[in-house]
Amino acid sequence: MNRILVGIKRVVDFSVRVRVKPDGSGVVTDGVKMSINPFDEIALEEALRIRERGLADEIIAVSVGPAQAQQQLRTALAMGADRAVLVQVGEPLEPLAVAHVLLELVRQHQPQLVILGKQAIDDDNGQTGQMLAALWERPQATFASRLELDGAGARVTREVDAGLETLLIELPAVITTDLRLNEPRYVKLPDIMKAKRKPLDVTTPAALGAMLPATSTRTLKVEPPPARARGVRVANASELVAALAQRGVL
Amino acid sequence: MSAAPVANAALIIAEHAQGRLNVSTAKCVRCAQAIDSVVIDVAVLAADAGAIAAQAAQVAGIRRVVSIERPENAEALAAVWAPQIAALAPQYTHLLGPSTTFGKDLMPRVAALLGVSQISDIMAVQSARRFRRPIYANNAVATVEAIGHIVVGTVRTASFQPAAAASSPAPIESVALQTALPQHTRFVSRSLPSVGRPDLQTAARVVSGGRALASADNFQILYRLADALGAAVGASRAAVDAGYVPNDLQVGQTGKIIAPELYIALGISGAIQHLTGIKDARTIVAINKDGEAPIFEVADIGLVGDLFKIVPELEALIRARTHGSGAKACDAQEPDGSHAPTLS
Repeated sequence: MNRILVGIKRVVDFSVRVRVKPDGSGVVTDGVKMSINPFDEIALEEALRIRERGLADEIIAVSVGPAQAQQQLRTALAMGADRAVLVQVGEPLEPLAVAHVLLELVRQHQPQLVILGKQAIDDDNGQTGQMLAALWERPQATFASRLELDGAGARVTREVDAGLETLLIELPAVITTDLRLNEPRYVKLPDIMKAKRKPLDVTTPAALGAMLPATSTRTLKVEPPPARARGVRVANASELVAALAQRGVL
Repeated sequence: MSAAPVANAALIIAEHAQGRLNVSTAKCVRCAQAIDSVVIDVAVLAADAGAIAAQAAQVAGIRRVVSIERPENAEALAAVWAPQIAALAPQYTHLLGPSTTFGKDLMPRVAALLGVSQISDIMAVQSARRFRRPIYANNAVATVEAIGHIVVGTVRTASFQPAAAASSPAPIESVALQTALPQHTRFVSRSLPSVGRPDLQTAARVVSGGRALASADNFQILYRLADALGAAVGASRAAVDAGYVPNDLQVGQTGKIIAPELYIALGISGAIQHLTGIKDARTIVAINKDGEAPIFEVADIGLVGDLFKIVPELEALIRARTHGSGAKACDAQEPDGSHAPTLS
């Protein structure tokens, strides 16, 4: 069985203007629209396209998160994943712990590919894929903008600061997605109905047998970013040039 | 030296390409200098480390350069470099790399080998183990504490100036590591983006266009202004969705998050996801015919008017100015020319 494991994280929707809680304990998530992390949607879309080309048999969408992450997994099933696993946790796990949970899922399901988003748009850590690859002792290709499978290997084009870089990696491997990899499909109503009948297993790190590492980071407080000073208005192009010169940016 | 005991030792992983040290390395050194009672080493992994190590030795504030030469280190493959860096780790309290695609790829793999999570995108150092970092695409700032046996972090390059040049170079020591390296990952090729314009992600100046440009052809006036400024070109999601420009130019939370010295938004209304991508720009200029557009809430300099009239005037004024002062447009990469060494 040629499987692909796709990571799905429940995050505050990208269109929401996030607000920091007055007590500094985090950001407001009550009553806020939650969605699949956009980079994870791209990961799932890529897996679906690989299956549509006949290069994979089964796509498992996995999430490590709260009970409500079942909503995002249902969406993933509606997009086309074959089944889903929620590894339910009370408090969010840090990236290394998530990587350990994913490693256990990898051991049990033996996928050829694990495709994850390059980062989640909530805590912006950008660590989990690389950590899973390290623990699994397998190749990683991060920030992928093109993925071509070829027998026992993959040719991956990566978006790096200097341009594009191409790697040849053996499988199994971990891929993390960048924006240019694809444009995720929209979910159609009949697919939402069909998704209700697809299997969604709920488990826990302990029931799974995942070894969780000791916590290594702690968030002490969350604050709003410093506000920008109020700007000035200018009337025309020459005033604009003068204002830029005054600020020393020309 | 004064009597303060050395409590911390930081190792910076140098970023380099084509024999040139990236300025991100000196920015990491500057960040590490904010850790109390620290000694700082720089590790250069390369097939031929000589020239890069010599450049690293010129960065002020470091104790020594550690040079690890192996043919396998010719390209910065995370799977190959990470076990070597992990092998050096026992001598250090901190391992730092830049929060560029190089460091973002490499450092989490190192952290996992050492059994800790990483502190990503360090924007300020409060103490040896306490850092500030942006979350939610810079819409909030978290103060985090590292409580593991070692700190592994990436340094947000927009938050630190490069460390100064040293008056005398630091010593360079070659280290031979016997670490076994995997064979499963091979570098194939690198293609650089279209030459002529700076890279959007790292450019010091960016000119972006929105839906109000109204066509791909109309972006020509924007390109000419960008070239007069030596700026990179960006676009809003609306302009990308309308097909005016390719989607790799998209600036915003789901596109590129950038922090240039100067950001000029032309005909961009300022949707939340766009503002999220630019809020760390030092100077934001907005030109828009709608004076009520949200972009003006974040703009340092706002100009309400017809961009098709204003932009050509602005281009002419900039060109007259640069010719007059003798400055070259390519100076626009300074001082944050972090991209220049890797573009050659």
